[in-house]
Amino acid sequence: MTSLLVIIVLFLLSVALWQLTKIFDLTQINAASNDSGIADDNDNNVHGYLMFGFLAFIYIFTIYGLIKWGSLPLHTPASAHGGMVDNLMNITWVLIFIVQTVTQALLYYFAFKYRGKKDQKALYFADNNKLEVIWSVIPAVVLAGLILYGLYAWSNIMFIDKDEDTIEIELYAQQFKWTARYAGDDNVLGKANVRYIEGVNTLGVDLADPNAQDDVATTELHIPKGKKIHFKMRSQDVLHSAYMPHFRAQMNCVPGMVTEFSFTPIYTTTEMRDMPFMQEKVANINAIRTKKSAELQANGQPALDPYTFDYLLLCNKICGSSHYNMQMKIVVDTPEEYKKWLKEKTTIVNEVKTANAAPAAEEAGSKPADTAKPAEAKMIAAVVKK
Amino acid sequence: MSAEALDHAHDHAHDHDHEHHHKDTFITKYIFSIDHKMIARQYLITGIFMGIIGVGMSMLFRMQLAWPEESFKVFNFFLGDKFAPNGVMTNDMYLALVTIHGTIMVFFVLTAALSGTFSNLLIPLQIGARDMASGFLNMVSYWLFFTSSVVMVCSLFVESGPASAGWTIYPPLSALPQAIGGSGAGMTLWLVSMAIFIASSLLGSLNYIVTVLNLRTKGMSFTRLPLTIWAFFITAVIGVISFPVLLSAALLLIMDRSFGTSFFLSDIYIAGEVLHYQGGSPVLFEHLFWFLGHPEVYIVLLPALGITSEVIATNARKPIFGYRAMIMSIIAIAFLSTIVWGHHMFLSGMNPFLGSVFTFTTLLIAIPSAVKAFNYITTIWKGNLQMNPAMLFSIGLVSTFITGGLTGIILGDSTLDINVHDTYFVVAHFHLVMGISALYGMFAGIYHWFPKMFKRMLNKNLGYIHFWVTAVCAYGVFFPMHFIGLAGLPRRYYTNTNFPLFDDLQNVNVLITTFALVGGVFQLVFLFNFFYSIFYGKKTVQNPWKSNTLEWTAPIEHIHGNWPGEIPHVYRWAYDYSKPGHDDDFVPQNVPMKPGEEQLHH
Repeated sequence: MTSLLVIIVLFLLSVALWQLTKIFDLTQINAASNDSGIADDNDNNVHGYLMFGFLAFIYIFTIYGLIKWGSLPLHTPASAHGGMVDNLMNITWVLIFIVQTVTQALLYYFAFKYRGKKDQKALYFADNNKLEVIWSVIPAVVLAGLILYGLYAWSNIMFIDKDEDTIEIELYAQQFKWTARYAGDDNVLGKANVRYIEGVNTLGVDLADPNAQDDVATTELHIPKGKKIHFKMRSQDVLHSAYMPHFRAQMNCVPGMVTEFSFTPIYTTTEMRDMPFMQEKVANINAIRTKKSAELQANGQPALDPYTFDYLLLCNKICGSSHYNMQMKIVVDTPEEYKKWLKEKTTIVNEVKTANAAPAAEEAGSKPADTAKPAEAKMIAAVVKK
Repeated sequence: MSAEALDHAHDHAHDHDHEHHHKDTFITKYIFSIDHKMIARQYLITGIFMGIIGVGMSMLFRMQLAWPEESFKVFNFFLGDKFAPNGVMTNDMYLALVTIHGTIMVFFVLTAALSGTFSNLLIPLQIGARDMASGFLNMVSYWLFFTSSVVMVCSLFVESGPASAGWTIYPPLSALPQAIGGSGAGMTLWLVSMAIFIASSLLGSLNYIVTVLNLRTKGMSFTRLPLTIWAFFITAVIGVISFPVLLSAALLLIMDRSFGTSFFLSDIYIAGEVLHYQGGSPVLFEHLFWFLGHPEVYIVLLPALGITSEVIATNARKPIFGYRAMIMSIIAIAFLSTIVWGHHMFLSGMNPFLGSVFTFTTLLIAIPSAVKAFNYITTIWKGNLQMNPAMLFSIGLVSTFITGGLTGIILGDSTLDINVHDTYFVVAHFHLVMGISALYGMFAGIYHWFPKMFKRMLNKNLGYIHFWVTAVCAYGVFFPMHFIGLAGLPRRYYTNTNFPLFDDLQNVNVLITTFALVGGVFQLVFLFNFFYSIFYGKKTVQNPWKSNTLEWTAPIEHIHGNWPGEIPHVYRWAYDYSKPGHDDDFVPQNVPMKPGEEQLHH
């Protein structure tokens, strides 16, 4: 079936090609000069018009794109600095569209207008210092403005004030999953190194470090709304990149060093879900998924789950074969929910203790071990899962 | 350069007249040739074969992106049972294809085939020299390039798969076979191939520089050089400055991989054990890589812009506007290109202050680029445009150079880069500004100088079809890509189906792939035209485009030493098109100034 399709496509393409050659042949009135391989007036005319047509194509394609796909780019940012980023982005876009529209118009219009004619003579116009100055200075001034705004925003985003009251969270990357480590009550992350990795201590936390005693590891990232979060990134194997598109946040995770990024979330997950643009987007995605599910079910495959919006942390630096599926769910809670959620978590130190206790209890071989084991096993599974 | 050198060149050229009386055998003429025109053709044909592989690969992975994990016979045919069981491409193979596509297109097609072909062909012919400064080194340069191509192609067939850590081969992924299958023998061959490639590129570049400095004919001052030569010359200079740095990065990576050093690796736990590496930094590799990697963009682009300058002026029958400003822009771009590499690393974990510095230098580069774009447009203004296929591709280049260049303002700004870094937005940007633009430059060069290379004309109607389909498809592929990039879609994902968030981007991906497949298939028109015309094209006249530069004063028949008898002397710049006071609308460089004729440009 596929091969038949390929043959048909190839056949149609060759027919199209043949016809196109014929059309071009027909457009050549003066057949004698045609085979020289050099454009004659007729070619100049045809391709002058086509140049103009191509300008129309670019404009129409741009407008079509803006209408059809204009809703796809990321919308309302969910972080405090996101507004500034998006603002600079929008200013830049306005500028780009103006320059693009004007320069492409000039280029293709001139190509059309000055298409060659036999008796036409080009203007000998070799240089003009005034023009050169104008189009060096205008970009320089405009760019200076963009650079200043950009640098101002960049320093605001990237330089983290050490005295500021932030919540410290470690994002730990490995092939192909993310783990978050919370600093606990002391808000200081305990020391860690890959050389400490052992058993359930998958993050390599130094269990002897006093600061590490209250650290908590989770496979889902919860953060409270309205509080600045100071992320510290580590990787245990290859480069990864912690990309949180909805928060306009990204930073590479580099083995051997700790990288940083900080932002303040301003909308909880629920608030974001309720925004009209988001509801529209989710409805659209679900319509696509329902359609696809119908197809799948017709082939006897399981249907797709309906989609609800969640913030995501994606890996955005090629990191191996399953790079395409390295993700973690982010939940922005209200401060109260966040506290409650964190309180229920077990510290890494306790997890290690229980994990070590389990084999010990097993060795004892008595009754209590049977009751203790399933619960612990579940807890370990919770850590290893996902 | 002093007159002394010129005299020397002149004398040297005379010596050559009497050297080439020995008879060529098949081997010295077609294989181990030291004639620059033959070497140029060798570069071009090798490059075209590599291009077929590179473009073919992109068509395969575009199909995977549009119809993820679906079965295609063509996958099974090309990739085999191991990498496409039942016709479904594996995730490892996807990454390998993306990696090798990037490597081949950037280095083997757009660096070697573009620069190698046209620098070799045009430098001696346009400056009025008998051959390159060292024909032997030139031959060695080509054969090293050929060897590196063969090694790269061989790496596709190793058992654990070809290199698949992305064309930027960031360690630790590229250093550890445990991390990905392609980082085994495939990566070793990749590094060996690139090391040979760099040696080839350096030999070539040194030769170009020496030739331009020493072998210009009498009267060919630097301010009379055609812009093509300026572009090739400056390209060679930045190649010599930056390629050795990549060589050292590659050597250090080989040491880390094979001899247990820790230049780029530290604190790694993989496959259940802690590795011994300590104290190295992957960020160091990124610095070394991009110290070449960014100038590389201009090594690719400048020759294309040089070719375009020449083709646009010739076909507009009008002097290039702002000749000196064009030279200044080339030099400014070359200088700035060596101090902007950090804009690839805003989020690599380097100090954010460095990010500020690189934002500043990066946005500066927009100024000379803007000057070039405006100068091209002004050159077209009030011209008498001859719509030859080369001209169409040159106009296309100016268009994609602007479209792709403008989005550089977003990516070069560290603040905005945070959210579009490593998404499809980047892919769209650099494909338009350096991929498509440089390819257009290469096509323009091929259509324009085909008669010089192969003594026959390309069929123009096939050329027209080739251009218009390619032009529509190039925008069709890369324009929609900006939207999915802005939606946050990361590049190098084998499939996006694990993110329901991206489900609404799938139909855009199908559209992109459709354009890519049609555009790719229509390159067959070019291939047919190219190979058919080599043998059966219409015989050319000596100066088909009525061009001013010296290569068209040489006879159609290729001879050692380029010109029978004396080398032409140069009396004017290369752009006296439609000059008032002359009967023809072109005045070749070797035509002496008429009595009382004034130089009308500055």
